[in-house]
Amino acid sequence: MRTATEHLLRELAPQVLGAVVRRYGDFSAAEDAVQEALLVASTSWARDGVPDNPRAWLIQVAARRVTDQLRSEIARRRRETTHFDETLDEQVVPALDSEHEPEKEDTLLLLFMCCHPALTRSSSIALTLRAVAGLTTAEIARAFLVPEATMAQRISRAKQLIKKSEVGFRMPTAAERDERLAAVLHVLYLIFNEGYAASSGESLSRLDLSSEAIRLARAVHRLLPRDPEAAGLLALMLLTDARRDARSGPDGELIPLDEQDRGRWNHQAIDEGVALVSAALTRGEVGAYQLQAAIAACHDEATSTESTDWPQILALYALLERLSDNPMLTLNRAVALAMVDGPRAALELLEPLGADPRLAEHHRLAAVRGHLYEKCGDYAAARAQYHFAAERTASTPERNYLMLKAARLRQLAH
Amino acid sequence: MKFMLMTNAPRGDGDWGVKSWTTDELKAHVGFMKVFIGDLKNEGAFVAAEGLAPPAQARIVRAGKKDGSPEVADGPFAEAKEFLAGYWIIDVETPAQAYALAARASLAPGPGGKPLYLPIEVREVMSAPPVEP
Repeated sequence: MRTATEHLLRELAPQVLGAVVRRYGDFSAAEDAVQEALLVASTSWARDGVPDNPRAWLIQVAARRVTDQLRSEIARRRRETTHFDETLDEQVVPALDSEHEPEKEDTLLLLFMCCHPALTRSSSIALTLRAVAGLTTAEIARAFLVPEATMAQRISRAKQLIKKSEVGFRMPTAAERDERLAAVLHVLYLIFNEGYAASSGESLSRLDLSSEAIRLARAVHRLLPRDPEAAGLLALMLLTDARRDARSGPDGELIPLDEQDRGRWNHQAIDEGVALVSAALTRGEVGAYQLQAAIAACHDEATSTESTDWPQILALYALLERLSDNPMLTLNRAVALAMVDGPRAALELLEPLGADPRLAEHHRLAAVRGHLYEKCGDYAAARAQYHFAAERTASTPERNYLMLKAARLRQLAH
Repeated sequence: MKFMLMTNAPRGDGDWGVKSWTTDELKAHVGFMKVFIGDLKNEGAFVAAEGLAPPAQARIVRAGKKDGSPEVADGPFAEAKEFLAGYWIIDVETPAQAYALAARASLAPGPGGKPLYLPIEVREVMSAPPVEP
């Protein structure tokens, strides 16, 4: 369990960082300083209580760290060069209480910066979790099961790139805005997926990345309440996360949607997600997150597989396929088609996918085909597909699930 | 995605197939591997790496059928042409990135300082389940 203080610190982290970056301009130094300030706060607030104005407290501590750093930097340069004429007074201009209230916008500016398309996805993920979510490098490293030094290196490379490429702490221009916002949403989506994938995981001590992603998506939605894709992404996360407790068994084994105990779904999250996506869709700017959220809503609102609105899901996948050329979507549409027109029709739909080099060797194609052959009663073909898929997945629970399916069919055949 | 890159050494003439290498050639090889690991760390891709002790010390262990106690035999099997010399575990975004790093490891220098073009076996490390559609 996280304490109230930790929640508060993570909430304040981007606001404090935004204020310090504004004052000193140096994102990298400011980010380090804010991390240190958060660390100091977590021990000193636990001991002495939360100060009256926690945000100002953190800004002051972080600002002091930055000036200390600048001071030693200047001293170092003085020793090294005779032509250094900058003074500390010129470097550290703004007063500490010259604050207008840009903290809301700052969270968004930081996200645009951390998720800039010039950075690699893994750098963006790491930097976003540190600079915007306020997590420590050690926590992020543990969440991704890599050494702390490796994660630190990713973060520092991302910062260097930001410095070099002049990504800048500013709002994107109107022309850039859509692409830049899409990049932000994509990074949050990846963080959510990483957490969701790990949630049936081997280790309970892994940080809850899904909740962090939902928190960040909530912040983006709050800042851009009229953006339908920001709302769609938050809805998609809530509607997917709502099934989290029901999707794996006590030993981490996968429980497919049609076998899940729907009483264990989080109905509060479902209500919130449904309301969000319904409102977003009425705006008329349909996007991929909204459509995926709408599909998740169809599942979440149904009381059983049979009573699920499959024709609606089928239509939504057809719309999604028009938005992006992704053969995975055809796979998902085939599952829906099987529910509407039967497994034979679905197998026919999948026929040409075997020639698509992106899918021919992919375990998902074989897993879906296995499922469809099983529904046709062709157990021998189903088993062959399940085995093919099991040999190609890199997911332990999924491999176990597929092997179990194949073994069950062998017993049925006898 | 995490990958394990494995490098096999030929049994050939002696434990490491390197008995005929000069000091400089050996030093260049070891230096290359150090630089390679340093690069993996710099790029934020490093998870783990180990070199394995020569196969003269390798043993094959089985549980005894009577009481499960270890039965230790010399190994690996004499007829094997090569043996596992070491591995790296890396965390990258795509298989193509893993292949690129494997190709770099493959260039480790051997006799005359020339690249060995080592065969590097690349295997994905199993992980948690992917998100359901």
